[in-house]
Amino acid sequence: MRKNVCFKSAYLPYLLVLPQIVITLLFFIWPALQAISESVVIQDPFGLYSRFVWFHNFVTLFTNTDYINSLIVTLIFSLAVTILSLVGGLFFAVLANRVTRGKRIYNALLILPYAVAPAIAGVLFRFLFDPAIGIFPYWLHYFHYTWNFTINSRQALFLIVIISAWQQVSYNFLFYLAGLQAIPRSLIESAALDGAGPFRRFWSIIFPLLSPTTFFLIVINMLYAFFDTFGIIQIVTQGGPANATQTLVYKIYQDGFMGLDFGGSAAQSVILMLVIIVLTIIQFKFFERSIEY
Amino acid sequence: MVEKSIGLKICTHLCLVIGIIILLLPIYFAWVASTHSVKDLLVAPIPLTPGHQFLHNYYTVLTQGSEGGGSDPVIFMLRNSLIMALGIALGKIIISMISAYAIVYFAFPFRKLFFWLIFSTLMLPVQVRIVPTFQVVASLNLLNTYSGLILPLIASATATFLFRQFFMTIPTELIDAAKMDGAGPMRFFVDVLLPLSKTNIAALFVIMFIYGWNQYLWPLVATTSDQMNTIVMGMQKLTLAVDQIPEWNLIMATAILALLPPVLVMLIMQRWFVKGLLEVEK
Repeated sequence: MRKNVCFKSAYLPYLLVLPQIVITLLFFIWPALQAISESVVIQDPFGLYSRFVWFHNFVTLFTNTDYINSLIVTLIFSLAVTILSLVGGLFFAVLANRVTRGKRIYNALLILPYAVAPAIAGVLFRFLFDPAIGIFPYWLHYFHYTWNFTINSRQALFLIVIISAWQQVSYNFLFYLAGLQAIPRSLIESAALDGAGPFRRFWSIIFPLLSPTTFFLIVINMLYAFFDTFGIIQIVTQGGPANATQTLVYKIYQDGFMGLDFGGSAAQSVILMLVIIVLTIIQFKFFERSIEY
Repeated sequence: MVEKSIGLKICTHLCLVIGIIILLLPIYFAWVASTHSVKDLLVAPIPLTPGHQFLHNYYTVLTQGSEGGGSDPVIFMLRNSLIMALGIALGKIIISMISAYAIVYFAFPFRKLFFWLIFSTLMLPVQVRIVPTFQVVASLNLLNTYSGLILPLIASATATFLFRQFFMTIPTELIDAAKMDGAGPMRFFVDVLLPLSKTNIAALFVIMFIYGWNQYLWPLVATTSDQMNTIVMGMQKLTLAVDQIPEWNLIMATAILALLPPVLVMLIMQRWFVKGLLEVEK
């Protein structure tokens, strides 16, 4: 199974793994254990008093309407982002896969949003959709539609979905393009010979062949929407209006750093760790990212 | 035969061009706004084409931040961002590469344990351990330092897997030959593995540089002093200042400066970026 093991040294391998292991223990494992232990106690903000309460913090969370709201917001948000960015990515990939001239330029422009920080993307869109001077609200005015995401919760959620999907389109585009290029040309050609038009070929051959890519991207996009959209929310809505855009990660930050509710925040961290563990297991089980240890 | 009509071809290009224009519209408008005076951006509709304040605006943000003070010169934020991004990218590559080397080429007790420890970092993104990590960094007196910004982010399961995967494809004959020439393990690493890993290093560098530069939440909590602001998190002081009229021209100039470095790195190293992104996730 492993043919490469070949050097012998009593101390060298330990020295080589040391930096990464120290960092892992200090900044990953220890904080994770800390979160787990804090999630089962109640303490005051100054750490002067703490009491072991079993699963009290978790029970509190799931009976708290704010948390349930945040859970629902996160689910709607991540589903919308995933669907929208998958459709966008696939759309561009199918088109880009058809062209030969200008391919490099198209690809370069299509992957651009990936390099923009979520927080910066938030700033860009905040400007475009600003109720006072934004260009989109101005245009929408012609259709007698009033846009103000700072007071309208649906519009706020819609806006952060758009921004997040915008970011992910690039990523999905690249993976779909790679998926499309892996489909043997002979398959498409023989279907064309049998008289299947472009749409028929797409739905009955190409799309099914892309399903491994699609499943993989669904997991990745869910992870992105759950964890990497903090900057967008912080810049654009700060979780508002009326908690309409308060995702789970945003709530951890608010409760932990603003509310100084360490027990509640830690319990939320533990729940999110479970979410990410499940998603990671799915990712490895179904996509054969096999680690044969 | 698959259709090759001119009409379909033109249609494909047209759809791509329109799609890309829509996709890049936010960046275009940011650029336009960054070249106007603040007066032009006070009432709707905002201008649709670039103005003449380019030099003035960019000079202002780089040297003094905002017009009325209250914010720091962006040039310092750019420096901090660069240090953090390079530190994270290089740090991740170095520690992952040497630990992958140890795991693949040595048999030693606890190897599996170390491997799984590194694997576990995959499931602990900074967002879920933000509060306790802050506490650890604070107790080590690393708040407001570059080490504090960089270290908690540089363990990397994905980079370690990538190197491990790659090392396992290197033929054993190469090691035997190196051994025959009397090369020890470190010699082999430097003279054989390092040159062979060039593409992987380049690919990881682009991805990790973008990742590091674009960090937002961690710098937000790990720094309190203005001197340590990175540009991505420093932005929010400009944007979230509610008590004054937003200087959108300067905000947008800062945004353009913030997105330019990672975008340029990605475009210049596009080939490695694509390869890296596709392989890291596999």
